[in-house]
Amino acid sequence: MKKKITAALAGNPNSGKTSIFNQLTGARQHVGNYPGVTVEKKQGTCRHGDYEITFVDLPGTYSLTAYSTEELVARNFIIDEQPDVVIDVVDASSIERNLYLATQLIEMNVPLVLAFNMSDIAEQKGMLFDIEQLSMLLEAKIVKTVGNKGKGKTELLDAIIDIAGLAKKQRIHKINYGQEIEHELEQIEKAVAGKENLLIQKYDARWLAIKLLEQDDEITAKIQSREVHDTVAASTEHLKGIFGDNPEVVMADRRYGFISGACQETIQTTVELRHNYSDMIDAVATHRILGLPIFLLLMYLTFVLTFKIGAYPMGWLEWFFGQLSQATANLWPAGSDNWFRSLLVDGVIGGVGGVLVFLPNILLLFFMIALLEDTGYMARSAFIMDRIMHKIGLHGKSFIPMLIGFGCSVPAIMATRILENKRSRLTTIMVIPLMSCGAKLTIYALIIPAFFPAQWHGPMMWLIYLIGIIIAVICIKILRLTVLRGETVPFVMELPPYRVPTFKSICIHMWQRGWMYLRKAGTIILAVSIVLWIAMSYPKPGPDSLTDLTPQQAQQEKLEHSVIGRLGKAIEPALKPLGFDWKIGTALIGATAAKEVFVSQLAITYSVGDEDESEKTLRQKLRANYTPLTGFCVMLFCLIYAPCIATVAMTRQETNSWRWAMLQFFGLTVLAYVVTLIIFQIGSRIF
Amino acid sequence: METKEIKPLSVTQSGEKVQLVSIEAGRNLNSRLTSMGILPNVVITVVSNGHPGPLVISVKGSKMMLGRGMAHKIMVRGCDEKENHSGTGRKS
Repeated sequence: MKKKITAALAGNPNSGKTSIFNQLTGARQHVGNYPGVTVEKKQGTCRHGDYEITFVDLPGTYSLTAYSTEELVARNFIIDEQPDVVIDVVDASSIERNLYLATQLIEMNVPLVLAFNMSDIAEQKGMLFDIEQLSMLLEAKIVKTVGNKGKGKTELLDAIIDIAGLAKKQRIHKINYGQEIEHELEQIEKAVAGKENLLIQKYDARWLAIKLLEQDDEITAKIQSREVHDTVAASTEHLKGIFGDNPEVVMADRRYGFISGACQETIQTTVELRHNYSDMIDAVATHRILGLPIFLLLMYLTFVLTFKIGAYPMGWLEWFFGQLSQATANLWPAGSDNWFRSLLVDGVIGGVGGVLVFLPNILLLFFMIALLEDTGYMARSAFIMDRIMHKIGLHGKSFIPMLIGFGCSVPAIMATRILENKRSRLTTIMVIPLMSCGAKLTIYALIIPAFFPAQWHGPMMWLIYLIGIIIAVICIKILRLTVLRGETVPFVMELPPYRVPTFKSICIHMWQRGWMYLRKAGTIILAVSIVLWIAMSYPKPGPDSLTDLTPQQAQQEKLEHSVIGRLGKAIEPALKPLGFDWKIGTALIGATAAKEVFVSQLAITYSVGDEDESEKTLRQKLRANYTPLTGFCVMLFCLIYAPCIATVAMTRQETNSWRWAMLQFFGLTVLAYVVTLIIFQIGSRIF
Repeated sequence: METKEIKPLSVTQSGEKVQLVSIEAGRNLNSRLTSMGILPNVVITVVSNGHPGPLVISVKGSKMMLGRGMAHKIMVRGCDEKENHSGTGRKS
């Protein structure tokens, strides 16, 4: 029987916490959410000797205050779940700043192991640690690690098991806040101990006193007793009088003092490196003139690689699903009209296959993003874009999810988690569908060659993407002035040193996100594909009406008779002013499931068979039936209107409310209608 | 050192070394900055400033990007000392 240990991983963002987590748990990971909040919860297990250790990767934080959701989540996990060990992953090369989080863990009196990560970089910087002495001062086990190379893994696991086996003990060294504060802390501690029996059982009394003096909102709200509140208020006033500042500021200063004291005795810096390689790269990468072109070039490469290389496996998958649907169809006798066969072939394989063929693209895109993130470039891109993004009321970081939106909205909305401010995050989520995704590209690829001469193809495509961006900018402006009004949050973000990432860690990152996409989008798309298949297949016309028709005409007749065909006809009057007929309307409804459905739907309404030449003939038919203006309006409408079902579901999940998902769905549809109406009405008068 | 005038971080020059005097911001922002090592008495090296957009500073051995709005709220004064003051020594 294995002994079980739970270990929580805490640490600053960029401390290499994730790479340690990946090294410890490998692929045995489970990604979910903390209940009620959209903070990712990663869990993984590891066997070591007689032990099975479950690791929980807490969100990366600099502190454990009640100011941000991430910090609260991390703090409450430690308090509520009481892990056997807490591992604080510390960037040893900037030790003083990283130990700030450790001081808070020390104050919570948790069984603590410090992983001095990136110890190789610290050594390069000429830092020498007296680990034994430091470990005594901090009363925590310290292990040197190099996360991305897997160094120190065994030692870390040994330390975890050691610490987990020890009984909780009282600390000898406390962080001393100085006479005045200590006196007030004592008063508060007494008041709390006397009045709040319930809280004392769960929390350490001194920790409670510290949090109360810091005016921590969450802990303050838990206090019932008037007397405790009064004591805290009196202490705060008293200390403000002495220091001329909030006690919380002075206390933070003392914590750094404690760290500084501990480090002074135990860390020696032999050489001071003036210019390291990171600074040299930054001199070019964040250069005021070169920065932007370099960034644009890297983005261009990302997309070229994603789509060019992705095209090969995409072709194989398409071939595979083609074979699969053929083989499935052959299980029934030729010409059979079995509903189950149609459901399997057209509904399930067609629908899910349609999503799965994008998987290579998505994975490649995630690979590139993981590469940019792990090297440290992503933080620089936020810096470079900030100047531009600031003008529209967002900051540089918002650019990253928008960029991903050109691949697919679903991972893009997931990527908005990097934005701490709720208003910025909502604004970004709302406009992400305006970034033309890979599926919308298939619509443009059909329409543009159908109506425009070859030399216009490139500029036309560029124009459509550009219109999306411009509308997004206008929408952001409007949102920031109305429902999501608020100051642009001042921001601060660490620029981590550049690092050479490992292939393994990039692959793990890629797979984690890819899997999430597959699971979320896959299940929804499967359900919607079936619903859509039903809506397209039923009700069926009577058998009499199909006699004397060619198979293609019969297919068209069936579609006209179906729910979707009828819906398309019902909304035709509304679409007339945009220059659309019921056929386009039908395809537009179908495309809410997934944008690329537009093309296949239109192919059916124009009764083109599934032959190789289908696209060509479809283009000819489109040209015969519509003007270039209508073609342009179709693209415009497709660009703006309701995002696909998977996006809606993702918005619902990430904003935690149907309201925002519905606002996005209907808001964009109305916007598409108005914009297209204006363009068509003006256009048809000019041309 | 006491004679140097107090000014917002946003008006410093690239390459300048300054000491933080105070942060004129709310508790939330103050606490965030503090946890990242930006607090009174700390020595900041301005890595890049001088063009629109955010500043890059170096604090306690790590590089940070600061929005310009934020830099307006951080009051500093020039300092020539080389020694890396780590935020202790507050007068009590």
